Amino acid sequence: MLTFTIRRLVLSIPTLLFISLVIFLLLELAPGDPMAQVPLTVPPDVKELMRQSLGLGEPTHVRFGKWLWQFFIVEPMVLADHLLGTNLAFEQQRVLSWQFRSPVMDVIVQRMPQTLWVVAMSYVVGILIALPIGIYSAYRQYSVFDQTGTFLTMVGYSVPPFFSGVLVIVIFSVQLGWLPSIYNTTLQVVDWATFKQQVMQMVMPVMVLALQTTAQISRFMRASMLDNLNQDYVRTARAKGLSEWTVVMVHVLRNSMIPVVTVIALGVPYIFGGAIITEQIFKVNGLGQLLITAIQANDLPMVQTVTFMIAVLIVLFNIIADVLYGVLDPRIRYD
Amino acid sequence: MTNIPDPKPITALADEGPTTPPRGHWRDVWDQFKTHRGALAGMIVLLFIILAVFLGPYVWPYDAGFIDIRARNQGPSLAHPFGTDQLGRDTLARMLAGGQTSISVGLTAMLLALVLGSAIGVLAGFFRWLDGPLMRLTDLFLSLPLLPLLLVMVLLFREALNGIFGPEMGIFILIVVAIGATSWMPTARIVRGDVLALKEREFILAARSIGTTNFNLITRHILPNVMSPIMVSATLGIANAIITESALSFLGLGFPPDFPTWGRLLNDATQYLTEYPERVFWPGLAISLTVLAINYMGDGMRDALDPRIRGR
Repeated sequence: MLTFTIRRLVLSIPTLLFISLVIFLLLELAPGDPMAQVPLTVPPDVKELMRQSLGLGEPTHVRFGKWLWQFFIVEPMVLADHLLGTNLAFEQQRVLSWQFRSPVMDVIVQRMPQTLWVVAMSYVVGILIALPIGIYSAYRQYSVFDQTGTFLTMVGYSVPPFFSGVLVIVIFSVQLGWLPSIYNTTLQVVDWATFKQQVMQMVMPVMVLALQTTAQISRFMRASMLDNLNQDYVRTARAKGLSEWTVVMVHVLRNSMIPVVTVIALGVPYIFGGAIITEQIFKVNGLGQLLITAIQANDLPMVQTVTFMIAVLIVLFNIIADVLYGVLDPRIRYD
Repeated sequence: MTNIPDPKPITALADEGPTTPPRGHWRDVWDQFKTHRGALAGMIVLLFIILAVFLGPYVWPYDAGFIDIRARNQGPSLAHPFGTDQLGRDTLARMLAGGQTSISVGLTAMLLALVLGSAIGVLAGFFRWLDGPLMRLTDLFLSLPLLPLLLVMVLLFREALNGIFGPEMGIFILIVVAIGATSWMPTARIVRGDVLALKEREFILAARSIGTTNFNLITRHILPNVMSPIMVSATLGIANAIITESALSFLGLGFPPDFPTWGRLLNDATQYLTEYPERVFWPGLAISLTVLAINYMGDGMRDALDPRIRGR
């Protein structure tokens, strides 16, 4: 298993390099000029110097190489400096955002907590709702609960977040006035009142994202439970007199969780994609919102870095899902 | 030598032949499909939406672009059942026009993804030497962050294509190609798996032994047998494409503002959320209902096309 993991990790390096090249070349075609907003009174030779300082004016492959160097060598060094107090990255050029004129990673680190709070919370909430629904629907297949649950998950699966999000804003913020429609990121949780405020503003974005997760995972859970409930070992377990709870919640559930766990792992990176829209609706200034503004402002290093980080997440969680599958299911042997 | 028994026909041979004509494959599929009530309802709703959207504008008197500034921001009335927007344009007419675009984008993008996915899947499954490279390509596409890349693609190529095809056709082509080029991977994987299994079957060997060329083998023997998974992913592909197009339009990176699509209408409506919250309802409902109907249909089709379930 260890050799499999190492092999997959090593193989992911060329994949990631190729993905970064694809993203880089795509952005290379961008028509916009980062100097467009510089006033016309600035003389052309100064403009040229500014262009040079942004790292432009060099051939594509040199700039790609520099980006790779900055992303893979300099940024980890900065991180090490920050954590260990060393001075590795002294005066090294970092990936600079054209929009903020500061290192891209610093901005990302600022935005990360908001996204992680909302996204991670919604994923956990979604899974916690989905699993019991899936288990009970499968156990009572074709019952009223199952029919309703299947219908509701189908609806949750079909209603896009940009409608469900707007709908809950209309209901809970505009009509009822219970919850704030805008996520206030400057809020510091210091006492009970601010904690309550934080919870209030998180409810809607979390629920909207959780709806998607719930719909997908509970469908998987139900199908996987149904596959296992008809197996011979279930009959054996019942025949030797185990309680129904033990049969379903221990024997069947543990075996049904194998594919579901991998689906959960695979879904993590896509949640960040879905969060782009949800963050836009609730005005959460997280990573998704950062990406949208960077695209609109033609901030190519930012777009490149954020997109590539999502790609890294996707590749990483693919490997995690495969390894988990091998660890959980003794029938799967990779070596 | 003389006592040879009278030759009597075996009783089974004396039975009458079947009188009813043989039942075709698609008849069976349809019979199974009919038993799935959700799928049937989904199909009816979808057909209704498509008919309404494409025939409605011939019946409905208002034009989607007609501005009647005196009748702006009206609520539902007999003349305007869905109300009017901030410029006095009839919301029902705009919904119909928007539906035309959204559904056309969905269908065209699905077709493109389907052709790409099936071609890559069949090639990868059929030719061993293409399997490795094509599947690596599929894996690569699957690990790209699609929504950000779609946004980038739309932003980058919008101007260029607008110059060539005009603002509406240009963005239509761009969105269709972008969605199609980023959603073929599941189809390719499923088709490849099926082709790999089919390739080992006897009828392929038989066909090959009488000298069938690879091209004929694929078009006559392989493709008809992988139609079921292709059709299921086609159905779900429409839903996916409609949602993606609406998401792009919702983020303001899709069709131009004056050009209604369901996502664009929803985006416009959110700007008047505090004054006229009811306006977000219709486009959102239309998207959700269409996607729900398609998903139910896909569910029913998957069951109907699966011979292990059929006839149970």
